Amino acid sequence: MAKLPTSVDKIVEHYGPHKAYAPKQGFHGREDPDKLVKTHCCFCGMQCGIQLKVKDNTVVGFEPWMEFPFNEGRMCPKGVVRYLQNNHPDRLESPIERVEGEGFKPVDWETAMSKTVSEIKRIQSTYGNDAFAILSGVSLTNELSYMIGKFARVALKTANIDYNGRLCMVSAGAGNKKAFGRDRTSNSWADLKHAEVIMICGSNVSETFPTLIHYIWEARDNGAKLIVVDPRETPVARTADLHLSIRPGTDSALYGAMLQQLVENDWLDHNFIDNHTSGFEETIAAVKDYSLEWAEEVTGIPAESIRQAAEMWGKAGTSFLMHARGIEHHSKGVDNVLGCINLVLATGRIGKPYCGYGTITGQGNGQGGREHGHKCDQLPGNRDITNPEHRKYIAGVWGIDEKEMPGKGLTAYEIVEAIHRGEIKGLISICFNPVVSLPNNNMVREALEKLEFYVAIDFFLNETARHADIVLAGALHEEEEGTGTTAEGRVVKINAAVSPPGNARTDASILQELAARLGVGDKFAFENSEAIFNELRVASKGSTVDYYGITYEKIEKNYGVFWPCPSLDHPGTPRLWEDKKFETPDGKAHFNPAPYRDPGEPTDKEYPVVLTTGRTVSQYLSGTQTRRLGKLMDSYPEPLLEIHPSLAQQYGIKERDLVKVVTRRGEAEFPAQVVTTIRADTVFIPYHWGGRKSANQLTIGNLDPISKIPEYKVCACKLVPLGRKAPPASESDAYQSK
Amino acid sequence: MAEPEKNFQPDMEFFVDMQRCIGCRACEAACAECETNGQETMIHVNYVDRAHSAQTTVQVCMHCEDPACANVCPADAIAKDSNGVVHSANTSRCIGCSNCVLACPFGVPKKMEEAELMMKCNLCYDRTSVGKKPMCATVCPSGALYFGTREEMRKMRPNSDPVNTFKFGAQTVNTKVNVMMPKGSTELRVH
Repeated sequence: MAKLPTSVDKIVEHYGPHKAYAPKQGFHGREDPDKLVKTHCCFCGMQCGIQLKVKDNTVVGFEPWMEFPFNEGRMCPKGVVRYLQNNHPDRLESPIERVEGEGFKPVDWETAMSKTVSEIKRIQSTYGNDAFAILSGVSLTNELSYMIGKFARVALKTANIDYNGRLCMVSAGAGNKKAFGRDRTSNSWADLKHAEVIMICGSNVSETFPTLIHYIWEARDNGAKLIVVDPRETPVARTADLHLSIRPGTDSALYGAMLQQLVENDWLDHNFIDNHTSGFEETIAAVKDYSLEWAEEVTGIPAESIRQAAEMWGKAGTSFLMHARGIEHHSKGVDNVLGCINLVLATGRIGKPYCGYGTITGQGNGQGGREHGHKCDQLPGNRDITNPEHRKYIAGVWGIDEKEMPGKGLTAYEIVEAIHRGEIKGLISICFNPVVSLPNNNMVREALEKLEFYVAIDFFLNETARHADIVLAGALHEEEEGTGTTAEGRVVKINAAVSPPGNARTDASILQELAARLGVGDKFAFENSEAIFNELRVASKGSTVDYYGITYEKIEKNYGVFWPCPSLDHPGTPRLWEDKKFETPDGKAHFNPAPYRDPGEPTDKEYPVVLTTGRTVSQYLSGTQTRRLGKLMDSYPEPLLEIHPSLAQQYGIKERDLVKVVTRRGEAEFPAQVVTTIRADTVFIPYHWGGRKSANQLTIGNLDPISKIPEYKVCACKLVPLGRKAPPASESDAYQSK
Repeated sequence: MAEPEKNFQPDMEFFVDMQRCIGCRACEAACAECETNGQETMIHVNYVDRAHSAQTTVQVCMHCEDPACANVCPADAIAKDSNGVVHSANTSRCIGCSNCVLACPFGVPKKMEEAELMMKCNLCYDRTSVGKKPMCATVCPSGALYFGTREEMRKMRPNSDPVNTFKFGAQTVNTKVNVMMPKGSTELRVH
């Protein structure tokens, strides 16, 4: 492995991203499709129902699926144009191999597979099994998530497997497990509509989960009050009853002060606290000095607004608290989550109708993908890889000796750091684009250049796969059957609409062949995706994430089934903990002290401005898919630097002026968007782009000590106005990489 | 007057609730999926004042009771049917003169220069004429756009009232499309 095989320009010319505005064959004839396939959107955790129009084994359009209960036909712009990915000109239709100085050339599967397997064997026999790592993604189905976890432990026999959920909601998962013993949003979204108060912490719901916004608007029609905690006045914050414009990195101070207010005013559910929780006394002791004035000083939110929020929350009869990456992407993301949970527990509003709590998972299968065993510390059913009983059970399902099963490995960012240090020599990635999505990505790029062998499984040549020795052409969402689990815990069916084009293959078949060539084909002899799901059901049986009673037939019949569903005659569980029995060792919900501490990199004289990052409605994660869709690119063609007029004035920055943003990790130039909808001490950049326009050149790899999630949402930066206007947005500029 | 399709449901109306618009442009993308638009969008989302707010508005053809665009068309290319749908310009008649663009009080029709044609929404006639909802109102994730009966809307949005009377100075324009306004509103005075 070395630097890129040829220039970025040459790679982009051949493999894109190119913008598609129409199906390759044009629109003609699509009004008369061969079939309509009921499936789900391939993007965010809402997993909206959609029908794909198929003609001649190509997805040529979509038709709203009005009957699917969550979205009833509603879609966001990404869902509307997703069909243009199929048959996209950039689509990889056969394996490709790196050719030094030239780029890539197509190769046959035999060549690609035999080289991959011989390199895996060479590296592992030379350096040990853990020297070959695997990074996967949660845009994949439950079946693939399960299969990859098993592949890592049974075929590669490596401890070093992790996934891109590590960049998403692991802080929420860790907090949920500490507090409840189970990691899932507590209620279906239907309960949102009738909550008296909705509190949204660190989530730009309108741009990241647009179809969920309908539920929030409906709740407001029913009289709900809305509190939004966000440093930006996003479309959902714009109409809130209370918008708390928080200084990034200070969330736990806010929730601590609110808890102190609940105690001070006795807005508490003593019956619930006394009978169904533990840890209350030490938790409130930790916030006894959190006065409103102190919280104002730390968070930048007026004390009166914090008091109002506490009163609004404390006095409500029913409520729903939701959070997302805004509080989770921190080196104290778990503490932030626990701070939120403490507010929910103090008021006892959980396990009841119209009372809910949970994270909104960002990636399509962010929920299911974190349940089935491709986390470094986890086995299927959210079982603990260090727990002897859990290991024994899963070893039994897999038909291996428990002693052969690797232990806990490194997390995603740590794997890349270990590659950078030269400790990990080989890598396989599937559906993961760390060159764009990990923080401090200049380090990521350097790490990839040190690998002895890198094989990627993907359908487009993303920024990371450009560094690969071999790329195995895998499958798009619409080319592989399986299940996904939505952010509300509903297991839904992903139906294959078309087969992979050319010589591309399904991801499942690629993994099966690799496993066979590594000598464990018998452990992966699944006839179809349903067979994988059936093994997953057994593997999850009896766990906190029990899928045993869910079948493909049951999902299709009921528009999805909520887990846990422990038996075939069980209807599923839309609302958790109605019996007030939690999955913790003592059966109680746990309060956890969440004292405030500063973010990992506070501002100082040299780097005086807070940098935060996030998403836009037209893009999805690292943009591998969405930066190839013309209409989405046109609506927000390049990342902009959102800056408040008062901060802009200090630097003499005007609209569309080009500004260099510098951090201790790197620097990049962005056109300014001068808006009053952001705090005056904070700038914001969306992170979906690679190359010169990558926000993650700037962000920091501080990790939460428990969840190991990176601190994307706050670091220190300085601004250098370049004294000229930005040129018109041009997608190709984004790829003039280093 | 154009003949209405038999499956058009005349009690279904179009409602726009600007307050709910999140500026996602799903409506624009979906509109372009209409089989009669040539993949052009006939609905437009705009920021009101991005420097100070994330508020966006969405502009769809209002399907006026007495459509100025049709009245000023010298080629009789624009017609309203008995269901109240003001249809796009008949391509064999439209001479691309832009009279309709200038006359519309809502600024809806756009002239497509390369095709010398007026382009505007026809309430997804390919869909509404067979009993489906317009594509933009179907996909709108926030409920800013809705197609249904007035009764359904009143039930769903108890704090708002649909308004379809607009005052442009002394001129009153009644439309088939409703704008959701605070409870008790009966008209929207533009100037």
